[in-house]
Amino acid sequence: MTARIGVVTFPGSLDDRDAQRAVRIAGAEPVALWHGDSSLHGVDGVVLPGGFSYGDYLRCGAISRFSPVMETIISEAQGGLPVLGICNGFQILCESHLLPGALTRNDHLHFICRDQRLRIETSDTAWTSSYEAGQEIVVPLKNGEGGYVADERTLDMLEAEGRVVARYLELNPNGSRRDIAGISNAAGNVVGLMPHPEHAVEPLTGPTTDGLGFFTSVLKKLVGA
Amino acid sequence: MARVVVDVMLKPEILDPQGQAVQRALPRLGFSGISDVRQGKRFELEVEGPVDDAALARIREAAETFLANTVIEDFTVRVEDQ
Repeated sequence: MTARIGVVTFPGSLDDRDAQRAVRIAGAEPVALWHGDSSLHGVDGVVLPGGFSYGDYLRCGAISRFSPVMETIISEAQGGLPVLGICNGFQILCESHLLPGALTRNDHLHFICRDQRLRIETSDTAWTSSYEAGQEIVVPLKNGEGGYVADERTLDMLEAEGRVVARYLELNPNGSRRDIAGISNAAGNVVGLMPHPEHAVEPLTGPTTDGLGFFTSVLKKLVGA
Repeated sequence: MARVVVDVMLKPEILDPQGQAVQRALPRLGFSGISDVRQGKRFELEVEGPVDDAALARIREAAETFLANTVIEDFTVRVEDQ
């Protein structure tokens, strides 16, 4: 038996198919979830993919956060369900208050798309246990509103509790405070990440296969592999 | 029908690159003497029935939970004179 990982499709999601493919390549079974369906169909973990859910109306993730599927995900995540939010998914997790802080317009105002070097800062989350703390990876990054902000007290808390999951190296692409590319909740089951590991899972289509570790990590946690 | 206006602004400590871009464009267009610009959102809510304290309290709740993200934004609520 392998793990079943749900990938939510919202109106305006872009990377749901790539996220499903990454789940499959990692060895788990992807399950398509729909924003209007409050059932998670018994999945063992959830990926909130990138894109522009609900057209980014109001604020990125602000409307998705109140969708039927998110009401269930919020409650299950508080109970320990592994949830990975990538890009727009990260924005949804912040709007849901599952993660602290917010993502704002890139400081240079341009949409940015590049292969980005990151440092994985902790392997103590459901989604990063396949990495070594300090390991450097390269995955695609593409966002217009990826600047991570939180007040100084929250940033200090995230650092002190080891909840900065990944940091930008070489170039801070969007003005994120303290070069933060990803964070986790206190329990480590919920991770938000601005870059896109699901686009770096096989040599044919990605700059590297460095992103696969996020998906093998959750599988390792779920089936004890 | 009464109109209630909710203004949402980024908190002062949050960088506003859009406002900065507007501010930088102004002198180029011949509008001098403007030292800072902050850009926000204005919501106009048409309210059915009386705008009493209870109605305003509900609108404040909507602003706090949905119209504004209070992690990065402040909001004000006011009744507009018709």
